[in-house]
Amino acid sequence: MTAVEALVEEQIVYQRPESLLEVPTHYCPGCTHGIAHRIVAEVLDELGVRERTIGVSPVGCSVLAYKYFNMDGAEAAHGRAPAMATGIKRVMPDHVVFTYQGDGDLAAIGIGEIIHTATRGENITTIFINNAIYGMTGGQMAPTTLPGQRTTSSVTGRDVETTGFPIRMAEMLAGMTGSAYVVRRSLHNVKEINRAKQAVRVAFQAQLAGLGFSMVELLSSCPTNWGMSAPEAMKWIEDNMVPYYPLGDYKVADAVQPLLKRK
Amino acid sequence: MHEEIIFAGFGGQGVMFVGQLLAYTALAEEKHVTWIPSYGPEMRGGTANCTVVVSDEPIGSPVCKHPSVAVIFNNPSLEKYEAMVTPGGLLVVNSSMMVHPPTRTDLEVVMLPATATASEIGDVRVSNMIMLGAMLIHRALVDRATVEHVLIEKLGTRKAHLQAINLTAFERGITLGQTQQASV
Amino acid sequence: MAVELLKGNEAIAEAAIRAGLEAYFGYPITPQTEILEHMARRMPDLGRAFIQAESEVASINMVYGAACTGARAMTSSSSPGISLMQEGFSYIACSEVPCVVVDVMRGGPGLGNIDPSQADYFQVTRSAGHGDFHAIVLAPASVQEAIDLMVEAFDLAEKYRTLVFVVADGLLGQMMEPAQLPPMKPVHKNRPDWALTGAVNREPNIITSLELNAPALEEVNLRLQAKLAEIRKHEQRWAELWTDDAKLVVVGYGMSGRIAQTAVKQARREGMKVGLLRPISLWPFPEKRLSTLADQVDAFLVIEMNAGQMVDDVRLSAGGQVPVSFYGRMGGVVPVPEEIYHEITTLYEKLTSGE
Repeated sequence: MTAVEALVEEQIVYQRPESLLEVPTHYCPGCTHGIAHRIVAEVLDELGVRERTIGVSPVGCSVLAYKYFNMDGAEAAHGRAPAMATGIKRVMPDHVVFTYQGDGDLAAIGIGEIIHTATRGENITTIFINNAIYGMTGGQMAPTTLPGQRTTSSVTGRDVETTGFPIRMAEMLAGMTGSAYVVRRSLHNVKEINRAKQAVRVAFQAQLAGLGFSMVELLSSCPTNWGMSAPEAMKWIEDNMVPYYPLGDYKVADAVQPLLKRK
Repeated sequence: MHEEIIFAGFGGQGVMFVGQLLAYTALAEEKHVTWIPSYGPEMRGGTANCTVVVSDEPIGSPVCKHPSVAVIFNNPSLEKYEAMVTPGGLLVVNSSMMVHPPTRTDLEVVMLPATATASEIGDVRVSNMIMLGAMLIHRALVDRATVEHVLIEKLGTRKAHLQAINLTAFERGITLGQTQQASV
Repeated sequence: MAVELLKGNEAIAEAAIRAGLEAYFGYPITPQTEILEHMARRMPDLGRAFIQAESEVASINMVYGAACTGARAMTSSSSPGISLMQEGFSYIACSEVPCVVVDVMRGGPGLGNIDPSQADYFQVTRSAGHGDFHAIVLAPASVQEAIDLMVEAFDLAEKYRTLVFVVADGLLGQMMEPAQLPPMKPVHKNRPDWALTGAVNREPNIITSLELNAPALEEVNLRLQAKLAEIRKHEQRWAELWTDDAKLVVVGYGMSGRIAQTAVKQARREGMKVGLLRPISLWPFPEKRLSTLADQVDAFLVIEMNAGQMVDDVRLSAGGQVPVSFYGRMGGVVPVPEEIYHEITTLYEKLTSGE
């Protein structure tokens, strides 16, 4: 080996996970869907389960998630991904089944499905993207829109007197006995992204161990509909969303505890 | 043979069960049969009733407006169904529960104190077997031995302790049916 | 297999199980709850999937999910529940996943009542959800036929990758009569190549009803329509009696067809040339046979437990060649043979007095 060859010898430090397809996504610049997709894909690669994973996409900005993940997938009706995933899991119990849902999908129209899926202890994993707004339909108020937050359907800012209060899903689903692992993480900086990935890994490991329902809520950005630059959006998550939606572990069933210690 | 029988009374009088027992017996004798719970026009209102059609031929409609036989367990059912029975049909009436006797003169009417007799035997709930026994004397749709056989089978081991009293009630119904000459 | 006295709903459930049903998802609603209860008793014992879902919306989406894996999956409900499932029907139709749905119809509209009805005819044959599609709709008139059609429903669903409805009314659901169940089939473990089974040594399979590109979605629709045309060509089913020389043919499906049979028989005894045609497939409607009969008969009389829904299909099939009359009862009221006989004689007198 010449000195030059030694210098250029490839050392792979970063690459596309096998669980993601080599295609451009339709997501806006500064949107954290790409990060969320990537950490899910990395975890599935690391767990070696891509070939037995079935993903269920929602209706919302990530409606086309099945076109980005390199695995079998279904596209559910709005809010019904947990029901569809339940149907899949019950006849394919050895497969890894996950839903990927936004806040309109999971916390509004599909709140019944997610609550009952959690309370049944359905052995699936849900990745919940909370960006406090309806993205795909162009920025309307979501069940997770913050008090005072301006959207196209709360033009002077969300008035809790008439529209009620934002729903904290992680806290709610943690209350379900069937939930094994319910946590909230954020994607607004590298440290939090790394912590989010660890949580996603635990969630899938809990499913592989047959421990019940697992959900990772990810505080996410929507610079386009928030009317901000990408850096501003990241800061907005930290300054406004994290205080209302505290990060943390809301439900870690006893059986899940050993998974936290294992690295 | 083609008979359309309505069994009607209060819930708890074993009306649905006795209709099903007749249906199971008809099947055991390879006859055509249908059993339906209370459906059809003018067949509602707080009482339990079922319609059984027994025939030698395949059965079209399982519902009927004018049954050929009505087995009546209580007074409200008499008020409702007496008028509906087809002329020349059979009316079997539990006289223990009647306020007014039947008034139709174009029917065969058999009156028997089924509830009182059932109490005498030891269980008011077996009045249904008494009514069935009496009915079969006047319309021999199925063989009484088959009824007994099917009854024992349906009670099974779990309810085997109810065999004796049900069979006794059935016998009493047959006797009552024979002594109660139908008035036409 | 012995002939047994079976209740319609339980026979439907057991027939589905014996046809190799792998997953049942449902929600209680009268008058079909015995189907759910039978599944609750039997499916777990057989190691098959059963869930009492939180709603009909969840039920149909669970069916959709299970069916995406190639498993035989079904749900059952009654009219108000079927309305709730319409979202799922549309998605299932577009993504061409085989599913079977039983509708034991009850009186409506709204909450209505729990008595027998056939008022979901338009819903199941015409408008089972948004978008252009039809499901195959089978309508049994006896407990035995319900058993046979349940088994066939799964075969048809898989053959055409389509949604199949088996529609009964509350009367058939609650009725007991002698019938014979088929032998038990195991669940089939061979999954079709389109199913979601994990992308092992193959490209991922995707099941979706989303196509954002208009010409591409038109292509999807053209493919669906071509399939529906095939179904329409090959799957028209009906039963008929005394039609050879009939001047008047009574048309009724399910229990109304069966009740009408008693009235038609009576009319025949009286020497009237009356026949009966009982559609078994409501979609595809037996239009070919109706159209042929329209050349022969002087009139049709349609009997339904609704305000007149299938009568439209009879009129379309008759193509204006002969008059089509209608007699129906609504709100859960079941017509009795006497009423239908009265309609037959009135109409028949009119037809023959004109000669």
